[in-house]
Amino acid sequence: MCPRTVCTLAHVFEAAGLSTVVITSMRGIANRMGVPRALHASFPLGRPLGKPRDKTFQSEVLRAAFDLLTEPKGPVIKNFPISISSIEGEPLISRFSPKRSLNNYAASEEALSFKPVYDRTCLKTARTSVGKEISAEDIPHALQKFARIAEGESWEKLGYTVASMYCTSLDVRSYYEEVATEIAENPISPWATEQWFYEKTDAGRIILEARRAMRDNGVDKSVWFGLVPAGRD
Amino acid sequence: MIFGKDDEAIKRFEANMPLPEIQAKNFNQSKPLHLSKVAIVTTAALHPVGTRGFELGDSDFHYETLPSHARDLSLGHYSVNFDRGGFAADINVVYPIDRLHEFAEDLIIGEVAGNHYSFAGNQSETVSDIRMDSGPDCAQKMLIEGVDVVLLTGT
Repeated sequence: MCPRTVCTLAHVFEAAGLSTVVITSMRGIANRMGVPRALHASFPLGRPLGKPRDKTFQSEVLRAAFDLLTEPKGPVIKNFPISISSIEGEPLISRFSPKRSLNNYAASEEALSFKPVYDRTCLKTARTSVGKEISAEDIPHALQKFARIAEGESWEKLGYTVASMYCTSLDVRSYYEEVATEIAENPISPWATEQWFYEKTDAGRIILEARRAMRDNGVDKSVWFGLVPAGRD
Repeated sequence: MIFGKDDEAIKRFEANMPLPEIQAKNFNQSKPLHLSKVAIVTTAALHPVGTRGFELGDSDFHYETLPSHARDLSLGHYSVNFDRGGFAADINVVYPIDRLHEFAEDLIIGEVAGNHYSFAGNQSETVSDIRMDSGPDCAQKMLIEGVDVVLLTGT
């Protein structure tokens, strides 16, 4: 778990002679571990600097973290004065929102239609988190396999291992979330891209349906549970 | 409600998380910030696009070196339970490398380190491999490069 590892590294680095500052959303972990200096930033998990595409806000967080270096003694934990809610953000707004279909195989077409947007995003940012198991070119085929699982086919007979299916679903989500950041017409609120993926796209729907089918067909929970965020059914 | 939006569930998770026992708790005063060389170490498992990155599970304790100019990075953290859209939109929300360069230009910090580092946050309960192996190794690399201050971020 990140907060535990971050705090552990702070101690390791201080033991070697370096000075450290941790930014964490979990004050309790920093406190229990006696981390030398921590800025408690009450932001959603995954956003230690708070707001993407907001230089001013990020700089304020960074400045508050570095201010801890002037503290005469530690451990010291201070709160960043602004919190960000995980639940109050605006949904993703885009004129390019997909039209959901009842056809299980529509997700492949949908993924193909987003490929130019994905390519443009990659070109602009020079980065992608797709590639844990499959490439962007493989996304439509992967969605066909999830559609077959949703219709009752065996995930094992489709060639998946538990790990490869998990990583493939994560690649699909990354592909769509990267597309979402390109087509969004409003700031990217916490969880907005995740919500858009599972609630507005055929790809998200088909992964949820594949997961339900495995659950209903008696597949062991360890195979399907982690395919989507805990609590999303 | 999904876990990542459920503040009460996160608080319970935080309160029940087993933590390693840290014996030596140092607190080093740094040089003035405007004279310090600063590195970022993140546990977001960042790695260069197209490289293998980190293994699934909690036993990969290696670290990746991120040159200061590199922006072609993947989010290698495997968890589905944190917001991944922030990083997809802006690398700096996890790894504030552009902000750090701006702080150097504005003379708030002395210098941006030439290399930064990334670990996988998902480790064993004792975090023992990082404590005894890769963590100290990473610290030595930073000391050799003359780093004074380390900013740590996670996901």
